[in-house]
Amino acid sequence: MPVPDTGDSWSGKVNAVTLGATKDSGGTRGGTLTVGGAQAMPFTGGREKRGNRPVIAADILDAVPADWPAPLVAAYKDVVDDPAAWAKKAVDECKADLVCVKLDGTHPDKGNRSPEEAVKVVRAVKEAVSVPLIVWGCEADAKDNAVMPKVSEVLKGENALLGVVTKDNYKTLTAVALADGHNIIALAPIDINIAKQVNILVSDMGFPLERIVMFQTTGALGYGLEYVYSIHERERLAALTGDKMMAMPTICDVGGEAWRAKEAKTPDAEAGNWGAQDERGPMWEAITAVSLLQTGADVIRMRHPKAMAVVREYIDRLYT
Amino acid sequence: MIAIGERINGQFDDARKAIAAKDKKVIHDLARRQTEAGAHYLDVNVGTAAADQQAAMQWLVTTIQETCRTPLCLDSQKPAVIKAGLAVADTSMGIMLNSSPLDKKSDPNVLDTYIGMAKESNGVLITLTMDKEGVPQNVEKRVEIAAFIVGKAMELDFPVDKLYIDPIVLPVNVPGAQTQPGFLLEAIRQIKILNDPAPMTTLGLSNVSQGTTERSLINRIFLSMALSAGLDSAIVDVFDDKLMDVVATTEMLLNKQIYSDSFLRAYRALHTG
Repeated sequence: MPVPDTGDSWSGKVNAVTLGATKDSGGTRGGTLTVGGAQAMPFTGGREKRGNRPVIAADILDAVPADWPAPLVAAYKDVVDDPAAWAKKAVDECKADLVCVKLDGTHPDKGNRSPEEAVKVVRAVKEAVSVPLIVWGCEADAKDNAVMPKVSEVLKGENALLGVVTKDNYKTLTAVALADGHNIIALAPIDINIAKQVNILVSDMGFPLERIVMFQTTGALGYGLEYVYSIHERERLAALTGDKMMAMPTICDVGGEAWRAKEAKTPDAEAGNWGAQDERGPMWEAITAVSLLQTGADVIRMRHPKAMAVVREYIDRLYT
Repeated sequence: MIAIGERINGQFDDARKAIAAKDKKVIHDLARRQTEAGAHYLDVNVGTAAADQQAAMQWLVTTIQETCRTPLCLDSQKPAVIKAGLAVADTSMGIMLNSSPLDKKSDPNVLDTYIGMAKESNGVLITLTMDKEGVPQNVEKRVEIAAFIVGKAMELDFPVDKLYIDPIVLPVNVPGAQTQPGFLLEAIRQIKILNDPAPMTTLGLSNVSQGTTERSLINRIFLSMALSAGLDSAIVDVFDDKLMDVVATTEMLLNKQIYSDSFLRAYRALHTG
């Protein structure tokens, strides 16, 4: 039975942002990825109006916390101390579209690793895989401002996606991303007004709006997912009605948030009736991701291989 | 709000002189500056001074398009002048024709002619709530004429959402006309529910303050009131920064634009690229 076209016609669209640079354009990536570009509400209208296929970014942590949930430890036990091997596994085995190096270990309270150590991790990942790269600071402003300029320099020419800038800390990263030709992630904590303001502040520095990806922060299933859903929906409506300050593609941190949920992280011994954690955890992550894809999320950060497989199949079915 | 920049009009001294002397620089400058100030369309009116209005319209259109790609709003009560403008206009960005009444004693089919030209150029059309009897002074007659115009558009297969209806604002200081701005707001509200999709509405804003003191203030406040009554578009002085700030603020308060601390700048950036 033919599916009726339920899409409305809109004057605006979500920006298309290209990540990665091949040899021809000054980088070393094997290929580029373009995200965004939607011209309709998610999954309405014809395929051509849906824009580019959402992508999965596998998280690579520079330091794994001691209390990392068992299913994640099990999945990555051979590679947790070797970011390059971890990135290779994420791309080769988990089929991640790109990787996100999360520099949690540089946080003053989580190891306080030096900018040099961070650079070493980023360089190793860059050399290990050929997919486009995301590098995400520890979100402690002063530390990020010391670390990210060095990371940006190492990735010069790679057209990477660097995060995050916020309303109160955007100048350093914006300036280096501008100088080194990267894209940036603009964070606003579930606040549409601040989201718009960050974009304005960044663009006031001469940074092109077409190189910003928005991050409205993420809530996992059961932990505020519906707030994120509403913000993404409003953001998409603004983009479609022509608000250029809100027309950026969206990134979600599903892996980090889903595995903070007690439903995902509680071991079997403490949750007798909840089902095996090895299924329960990945499903919590997959359902969070799939729900956020319905809001039009463009880049999904994920962790567990099983969850990535479920989400990839879902995307495949909707975007063929 | 869809802002139509009013300044390229032979009724203004600088434009009249430029048209007479074929001074391209003045027109280039007006076109560029209005575009930068956020005009979505540039009104093009040769005024009454030009000896050959068709030639003057063609010169203006050609001259403007040398400097920007902002869609034009060809403004004349004479179909032949509009036709002349269309012959040389680049309509690929869109085009607006301005304007036709429902009918005229001298030309009962004037609306058919304008709708025909709008269809042919794939443009939008401004119509006036005015008929052979003249400009109505009350709400009812304005809405009645608007309904006839909508009916005519449907009959001629012209999309109603490409039809802009101007309920005609009169200067507030004309004796006995002080009730008119209020009537106009009500007319806008009623015109917006005549059809689904609704016709668009527009106003020649500056007329409301013609001959008054505090013109800019009167324009600003009335525009805000009209926008909250459902006005979609207006022919305005886009160089009036305070007026454009009022548009930005009104749209923000009506939840048509997402608030941010820099909402005024965001609005400008949005409308000037």
